[in-house]
Amino acid sequence: MAENIKVDLELDLRGLLCPLPMVRVSQNIAKVPVGGIIKAVATDPGSLADIPSWARTTGNEVVKTERADKDITFFVKRLK
Amino acid sequence: MEQETEVKKKATIIVISGDFDKLFAAFSIATGAAAANMDVTMFFTFWGLRGIKKNMRTGRSLFGRMVGLIESGDVTKANPSKYGFLGMGRWMFGKMMKNKNVSGLSELRQLAIDLGVKMYSCITSMEVMEIDKKELIDEVSGVAGVALMVEEAQNSEFSLFI
Repeated sequence: MAENIKVDLELDLRGLLCPLPMVRVSQNIAKVPVGGIIKAVATDPGSLADIPSWARTTGNEVVKTERADKDITFFVKRLK
Repeated sequence: MEQETEVKKKATIIVISGDFDKLFAAFSIATGAAAANMDVTMFFTFWGLRGIKKNMRTGRSLFGRMVGLIESGDVTKANPSKYGFLGMGRWMFGKMMKNKNVSGLSELRQLAIDLGVKMYSCITSMEVMEIDKKELIDEVSGVAGVALMVEEAQNSEFSLFI
């Protein structure tokens, strides 16, 4: 399960709408070391497309996405 | 440490509209592009100047003051391009957006500024509409003409005219 992913920073992005969830991840990515993981929980369905796309354009990686109820949880790995 | 050696891709956004919805799109795209590590430059011209105006009355001549009166107010007074209804639409959309927790225009603009989006105002439209530099928000990087815009656009991955 998700528990074996070591999380360096958790972000609660519930209730935020486009473009904020993606912007918040980008503002916080430098706070974790290279190779580190941000766990971000959003409720905006748009973030399902936005956060992976942001990761591709910035050279980072969404290693896992989980959905439970309205919560969408992203595990974003800083690659550089 | 951030590696600043990597050259950032550029984006240019020309904002000619002062409509709420179009300003909203412009600031959202600017913010999104800046978050995706792009170097974003916005140029505000004509009605778009509302996007960077302070909340003050502008104009010197009779016509200038008339325009200043009709176009008075800052970004928070922008009306949607549809459903204007003499300000009702602005109020309605404001409420709908607040209910859905969407950020307002001025918050979105502040976020863009925080992310390093550069904002320039068009000198000619400032002259025509009699808007002074000191009537624009302090974060405006400068006053520019079409030459700077063309130069930025030439080096941009994408340019938008909103």
